[in-house]
Amino acid sequence: MTTETDMSSQLTTLKTGGWRSWMLTDTPRSRRQATAGMLYRGWLQFSRNRLAMTGFVTLLLMFAVAILAPQLASHDPNVQDLAHRLVAPSALHWLGTDQLGRDLYSRLLYGTRITLGMAVLIVAIVAPLGLLIGSVAGYAGGWIDRILMRVTDIFLAFPKLVLALAFVAALKPGLTSVVAAIALTAWPPYARLARAETMVIRHADFISAIRLTGASPSRIVFRHIMPLCISPVIVRVALDVSGIVLTAAGLGFLGMGAQAPSPEWGAMIASTRGFILEQWWVPTIPGVAIFVASLAFNLLGDGLRDVFDPKSD
Amino acid sequence: MEINVQNLKVRFASPAGYVEAVKGVSFTLGREKLGIVGESGSGKSLTARSILKLLPKRACMTSDTLTFDGVDIQHADETAMRQIRGKRAGLIMQDPKYSLNPVMSIGAQIAETWRTHRGGGRMEAFEAAFDLLDQVKIRDPRRVAGAFPMELSGGMGQRAMIAMMLAPNPEILIADEATSALDVSVQAEILRLLENLVTTRGMALLLISHDLPLVSRFCDRVLVMYAGRVVEELKASDLARAQHPYTRGLLECLPSLARPCKRLKTMQRSDAWTA
Amino acid sequence: MDRMIEVDQLSVRFDRLDVVKRISFDVAKGAALGLVGESGSGKSTVLRALAGLNQSWSGAIRFEGNAVEPKRTKGFFRDVQMVFQDPYGSLHPRQTIERVLAEPLLVHGIGDVDARIARAMSEVALPLAMRYRYPHQLSGGQRQRVAIARALIAEPKVLLLDEPTSALDVSIQAEVLNLLADMRESKALTYIMVGHNLAAVAHLCDEIGVMQNGELVERLSAASLRDRRIGNSYTMRLRELSDDIDESFVTHDN
Repeated sequence: MTTETDMSSQLTTLKTGGWRSWMLTDTPRSRRQATAGMLYRGWLQFSRNRLAMTGFVTLLLMFAVAILAPQLASHDPNVQDLAHRLVAPSALHWLGTDQLGRDLYSRLLYGTRITLGMAVLIVAIVAPLGLLIGSVAGYAGGWIDRILMRVTDIFLAFPKLVLALAFVAALKPGLTSVVAAIALTAWPPYARLARAETMVIRHADFISAIRLTGASPSRIVFRHIMPLCISPVIVRVALDVSGIVLTAAGLGFLGMGAQAPSPEWGAMIASTRGFILEQWWVPTIPGVAIFVASLAFNLLGDGLRDVFDPKSD
Repeated sequence: MEINVQNLKVRFASPAGYVEAVKGVSFTLGREKLGIVGESGSGKSLTARSILKLLPKRACMTSDTLTFDGVDIQHADETAMRQIRGKRAGLIMQDPKYSLNPVMSIGAQIAETWRTHRGGGRMEAFEAAFDLLDQVKIRDPRRVAGAFPMELSGGMGQRAMIAMMLAPNPEILIADEATSALDVSVQAEILRLLENLVTTRGMALLLISHDLPLVSRFCDRVLVMYAGRVVEELKASDLARAQHPYTRGLLECLPSLARPCKRLKTMQRSDAWTA
Repeated sequence: MDRMIEVDQLSVRFDRLDVVKRISFDVAKGAALGLVGESGSGKSTVLRALAGLNQSWSGAIRFEGNAVEPKRTKGFFRDVQMVFQDPYGSLHPRQTIERVLAEPLLVHGIGDVDARIARAMSEVALPLAMRYRYPHQLSGGQRQRVAIARALIAEPKVLLLDEPTSALDVSIQAEVLNLLADMRESKALTYIMVGHNLAAVAHLCDEIGVMQNGELVERLSAASLRDRRIGNSYTMRLRELSDDIDESFVTHDN
């Protein structure tokens, strides 16, 4: 807790020493300052990795594009112009038009929303769920562990594609089916990861010390063990999302995802693949977008792993 | 065989510039037992490893002179170093479980070392391995030769490690905190064993430790290091007449059964020591 | 004389191995008992069973006359605390010192957290400015001081010390041993200290229990140990080994 005098002295340091020295100080004056300092140090280390920064900046740009798509688009992505089908990139249509005369550039921008939106939604479901199940299983041990791990095994056994087909048959094709199918099959590895980490941490002296305060098992798992599992989970998430983007695009390509006229990248490739020889840019450009998104997440994940789990020489 | 170290400096790059871990250490070592004593951060391990050029990648080593029996270590390349490491100089570290290959039996590892440095056939190498295990006073050499590292106790593991290091018949043995993780009784046995081997084979011994009284029992000379510098060099028998306040501090702050006291004397560090 | 801790026929089994074999001893209020032995003697196991970290033991343990079950109550943890050997492993790597010290207070619902943390830090001679540092920003000796502060912050009656200075530099060991002696005196604590360094244990403790292969082979006062009034041959051997190391500057001391 900081008092009035603490706050004003912190502000003074900000003005005189500069915020950088405030971050890197040896004697932080509040928990917030300590956490900020730790994050800043991690950021410094991350930013030294050029490839990781490339991935990070690319992703920032993609998220910006997704948010600002309406402002950045030159045309309405769904407006058809059958007189100008399959036009090559030109001044009017920066990336040309597809088989129905829709502006590819605008469709690409709006497609970013769909792809990144799916990725974020899936991760938001999958990571916390896996972390929770894994930590509880790892700490509790015994029959709780056994039951939770068998449940995990069951979901791990489902193939994504078949499950998606099943969802499509049960519900209607659409983003919901894709998100559901991927989410249900993507969480088990996180549970396993969290469980493995927990089983190691469980024996550490600092956990024994916390047990000796009389803390309840739930307090120990939620307040002390789960925060330590977050780093490996974050790294795994960043690396997994690249795969999730590809899977989602693949399902879209198979027609199970967003339906026409939605500008989902996978569907865009599917509907125009017949034109690949003459109007090659029409299916290729969404393909490149998928590739760039996937690679960017991959580079980000590598960079995060080097910061959280450095392999010293 | 003589090791000559003059003005050895080891530094590490860090975001805040360079950090000097060893700040100009000089000493010579002939066919004798030399101990380097210091607390954590004194640079004693780095000094020893510099002789074999076994420093971490980020470390940068400079010296006016760094020679091993005439070979210029400072400017030697990896090929030249391979002729010295293991072959002419052995290194024993603190935990044998980390230095021994966990998936090979002890005998196989020793035999492999033998064959790498001395040549010869498999049977010959295995016989040599049994003989070496016997020399390190292991009671049942054949059984231990078939065992794996995790099956051995700390003391046995260290004996196996020593046997492996002796296989190429080196001229010097460097023991880096080799007994710190062992029980007191085992510690004494291992050091006595090292003492014996070194004497009978005419080897030199470089003993790195944080335990000043222990080192002075087993070595001829002792170097005391603090914050990257040698603050005192003395004959082991002259320990009582140590001049430097740090050395005296190290001796006086130890709890003793013979001289009990209410409060232990603590070290009053002085900036003058790092000047 | 009040008995603070009573241990009766304590046995601990791991898999099919008897690690502690029917140990019995008691410790008076305000006294300090040192348990010495080599690795594998079972001394740390006894301590962990006493602390409540190990729940698979048989026999009887009594604190202040009350029997304790393998599963301890919160009140027990208020009265009995432990300091671990490894300063690097006993603090949560992602929590600031202040958070580490606050935890026992939060769990027990003790108020006035900030003031108590400040007091705890000053008792172990840690500058208050360090309170928002992370463990990796402290030295080994400083971490051990935090561990001691954490153990003492909820005002326990008993401190169990598992080789508290074995992993520390010799000069830091002296400071920490002095600190532990001061704390014991100022707070009237009862100690059980486990260690393999006879001199360090005898410095802090008035009574010594010698363990070998899971058994308590001898119990004697520190004074008797020093004066070599020893009954058991194993204890004698340990004493001689300690002498070996001592001798090099005992003879020079005049």
